[in-house]
Order: sequence, then structure tokens, then C-alpha cells
Amino acid sequence: MATRLTPADVERIAALAHLELTASETERFTRQLGDILTYFDQLQHIDTTGVPATTNPVTSAPVMREDTLTPSLPRDEALANAPDPGGHGLFRVPRVIG
Amino acid sequence: MPAPDVQTTADIRAAMADGVTAVEICSTYLDRIAAENDAIHAFTHVAGEQALEDAAAVDASGQGGDATYPLAGVPIAIKDNISTRGMPTTASSRILAGFVPPYDATVIERLRAAGAVIIGKTNCDEFAMGSTTEHSVSGPTRNPWDLARVPGGSSGGSAAAVAARLSPIALGSDTGGSIRQPAAFCGIVGLKPTYGRVSRYGLLAFASSLDQIGPFALTVADAAVLLAAIAGPDPADATSSAENVPPFTASLGEPVAHPTIGVPWKLLEDDVDADVSTAFTTAIDVLRSQGATIVDVPLPHAVYAVPTYYVVAPAEASSNLARYDGVRFGFRAPAGADRADLDTMYNRTRDTGFGDEVKRRIMLGTYALSAGYYDAYYVKAQQVRTLIRRDYDTAFERVDAVAMPTTPTVAFCLGEHSADPLRMYAGDVFTASANLTGLPALSVPGGRDPSGLPVGLQLVGRAFDEATLLRLAANYERDAPCWRKSPPTAALAPSIPAPPP
Repeated sequence: MATRLTPADVERIAALAHLELTASETERFTRQLGDILTYFDQLQHIDTTGVPATTNPVTSAPVMREDTLTPSLPRDEALANAPDPGGHGLFRVPRVIG
Repeated sequence: MPAPDVQTTADIRAAMADGVTAVEICSTYLDRIAAENDAIHAFTHVAGEQALEDAAAVDASGQGGDATYPLAGVPIAIKDNISTRGMPTTASSRILAGFVPPYDATVIERLRAAGAVIIGKTNCDEFAMGSTTEHSVSGPTRNPWDLARVPGGSSGGSAAAVAARLSPIALGSDTGGSIRQPAAFCGIVGLKPTYGRVSRYGLLAFASSLDQIGPFALTVADAAVLLAAIAGPDPADATSSAENVPPFTASLGEPVAHPTIGVPWKLLEDDVDADVSTAFTTAIDVLRSQGATIVDVPLPHAVYAVPTYYVVAPAEASSNLARYDGVRFGFRAPAGADRADLDTMYNRTRDTGFGDEVKRRIMLGTYALSAGYYDAYYVKAQQVRTLIRRDYDTAFERVDAVAMPTTPTVAFCLGEHSADPLRMYAGDVFTASANLTGLPALSVPGGRDPSGLPVGLQLVGRAFDEATLLRLAANYERDAPCWRKSPPTAALAPSIPAPPP
């Protein structure tokens, strides 16, 4: 499996992750992420045939509860940390449709 | 008897029973922070007035000396990735600049209910990603034993605060070693509880299947007191366990009879510095002299803990950190003159809001989860995780605990690993397994290198058996009392005020 990354790969990953990298970041991350992925190659040598994946380290029965109404965060508190609360009890964002 | 400069929760409880007030105790620690924090930078926010108000409320309520409030009047430092109502919580990230949570984490509610006084928020690696506390928007924390060295991370501020006697106890979080490694580097006790033992509600999520909140303290007994205060199921965290919470403090005085302790000697052959190895061998001799049987346990897959961890944790992080988008809280990048659409706002906010280490991990995780790579990286790592867990399950058929050095080296110098993330990651070799397997693990001061820097002894236990770890560590601590020595920066450590005549 090829793990060497190109700057174009890093730009594609950054776009998926909603990061707008500068040119120098793309150069630096291409090298560093390539080194780390090469380091991960050692995992490929381990025989995992038929081994189940662990997603939760401590297995326990699913927790169930009654579907009862409980108080939630008041709107003004939920909006208090917004960078642009907009003034109408809403979060305001830049224009979505051009 | 502890040395005079070791102030434990028991000392504070005794002083309050003698009439010393919570306000006096709080003021003593606030004075100490004012004198020392500029040099160490353990705290990023000192609660000051709010802490004094809370202490006054403890005094007014008469909680002091009442066993229902085991932490009455005890100051505590909180890692800045744990939500505190009305107090800044930024995870040392620019993207959460100015964020003040509208609610308390469950652990904070429980601490307040036990009478504790939140004295401030401590520095950490951004979103708990790092091993040095250098990856913080407010600059690095320094190790109280040597200010040119790192305190470890990511909970470095909490560890340094306790080591420098700026707070008697503290909370941190541990995703791959972030409590145990700084505890080892700073010469104090740190415990990562079993996954699910402590509620994660209100902990700013990094890797949800690995994260746990846990205690820092000067003594094993205080780690037990703090764990008892925060442990137990929580309806707000579906992954918190309904498992019975035993009385951790009551059993501390009873040593485990004829314990068997496993050591993965082969794992320790290549990776450990000579000074750490010498200290570890001495620590094992102490355990043996106390009646422990030491056996070799192979743990053949533990050597893969680091690459496994650095696939799993970034994958989970890339998902968890998607919520930081400049809309609901924290920092938003200003609109540029060129483009002012929503996607550009997201992308610029995240690029300027996150530091390099966080961006590296988000991209690693995004890559490992992306089409074509998911099976090769993510599924593979989750399978190796199962193999590591099976190794431990096999070991625990015949041992009560597994012992290892907490870290392969003592605290390194600031800047030493900044150009090479892989070298920093390699330091997690002995700690990451406990997160991947969910098992509890603690680090207790386990000797020193020739220059006096602390070395940590790590004990890993069975799931939900923190009690055995605490008993083993408390017994070890009695015969290896290196915690009694305080770092040079704590030379002027405060004594608890004298009781009124």
C-alpha cells in the first residue's frame, strides 16, 4: 500500500476536514503526515484474520431510560457564546446561497 | 508522617476541624499562585474572587469537619478542557477563545457537592493533544523540578500545580497517558480510572472511546479521596458504568496479601532510558521486599500500542472536533475581502483557530476514515486493539497488576520534540495500552534519576479494580516515600494557617 502523500493529497484531506491551509502548512504537513503514515505500516504486518474490532473498550449492556421531558438550556444561555448571535434568538452565519 | 510542606486533604480537614476557615485556606493557595504562577504557568485562569466566595459559602454552611463533605474547603485545580459554569473553558485553544460554559461537567457538580473549591483552570496541550503542554495558545507550562523542562502533557498544568504546591489536588484527563505521564514527570500521583468509571459529561471530547477524567494528588490516599468523589454512573453519559463504586479510601490501609505483579520485561528491553530502567528495577525490588511475587508477562502486542493509538485517537478526534465551526461558540475568523461565503468562514476559522498538532491529528483521522483507507487503517487498528486487550486478559489470569515505567524517559527539555511529532508520540509506549483496553492505571513516584528528576512507576489493573491499584500503590509509597521531597520551586510552600488560639 502506497503511503507516501503528495501535496495534492494533503489539500484533498484538508478540504474534507474544512481546513484552509497556507502553502507552507501544506508543505510541512505533507512531510510530517507522510512520515506518520509510513510509521503506521507496521500494523499491516500483524495477522488479524478473524479478530473482531474493538469500538468500546468496556462492554456493558445498553443503557435505557424513560423518555421523559427534562429542562434544557434556556435559549439566551445557548446563544451567549455565539460569535454572531444576530439579535433574533438565532445564530447568524455568512450568506450560504450566492 | 508527611514532611511539613505536604498538605493533603486530611491536613486541610484536620485544620478545619480546629477552626481554620475555608477562606483562609483558599487565600493561602491564591497567594502561593500569585507568587509562583508567572514562572511555572500552571494556571491559565485563577478563579480568585469566585473561589473566595465559594470558600465563604463552605464556611457558612458548616461543612468543615462533616464527613458528608469529604472535600470541604479543599482547593482544587481543573484542567481547562473540563466545563466549569461561569469560568472560561478553552482547552488551551484559540478556537474556544472567550468560551464560558453555561453548565458544569458532572465531575464539577460532584466536587462542589463534596465541598471542594475550584481555584482555577490549568494549562494543557490544545484539546489534550500532546505530551508536553507546549501546544497551548497561552504558551508552555514549565516543570517545577527544572524550569527548562516540560511538565509532560497533556494535563501538564494540573500536574505542575500540584507538584509546586499551588493546589493540593487537581483533575486532568487521560486519552493516551495525559494524566499518568505528567504525574511521572512532576513526581506526583496520577490515576486514569477504568473507562466508564467517571462521567465524561462536560469533558471537551477528544477521543470518546479513550478519554477518562482522573485525579492528581501528592499522595495515593488523596488520589483515592478524589476518585471516590467523582466516580459513579451518570444519566448524562451513556458510557458511564453502573458498576458498583467500592469505598476506595476505606481499604487503603490493608495491603494486598501476597500480590502477584507482572512485568513485561521484553517490552522494556529496547525502549527505556538507563536511568529510568535503574529506578524501575529498584521499585520492583521494593515491591518484592513487601512480599509481591514478580512474574514475566509477555504482552506481545503491547509494542503496537503507539501506532494503534495514533490511528484510533485522531480518527475519533476528526469527528469530535467537527463541531468547532465558528457558529455556536468561540472564535470566528473575520470575513476576507475576497470570499465571504459560509464554507470559507468554516475553513478559515478552523485553520486559524486550531494549532498545528490539532490540525495534524484532524487530518490523520480524516485520512484514516476516508474511502479506500478505512479498512487498512481504522479497522486494522481496532482489531489490533482487541489483540492488546486479549494480551492483558491473559496476563490478569495470573497477576493482580502489571507494572511498567510510566514513561521511557524523564521529563525532556522544552522544544526538544517540536520538529518531530513521531518522537513525541513514541513516549506514549507504556501508557497508551490502558486507554486502548479501557483498563485502570496509575502512576506513583517511583524514584529519581541521578540529577533528581522524578521517575514514575505505573501499575495497570483489572477493569473496575482501581481499589487494588490504590492499595498496592499506597503500600509501595510507604516504603518508597520519594513524594515527601518537594521540588525546589516549592521551597516556600505555604503551611496551612495556624488554628485560632
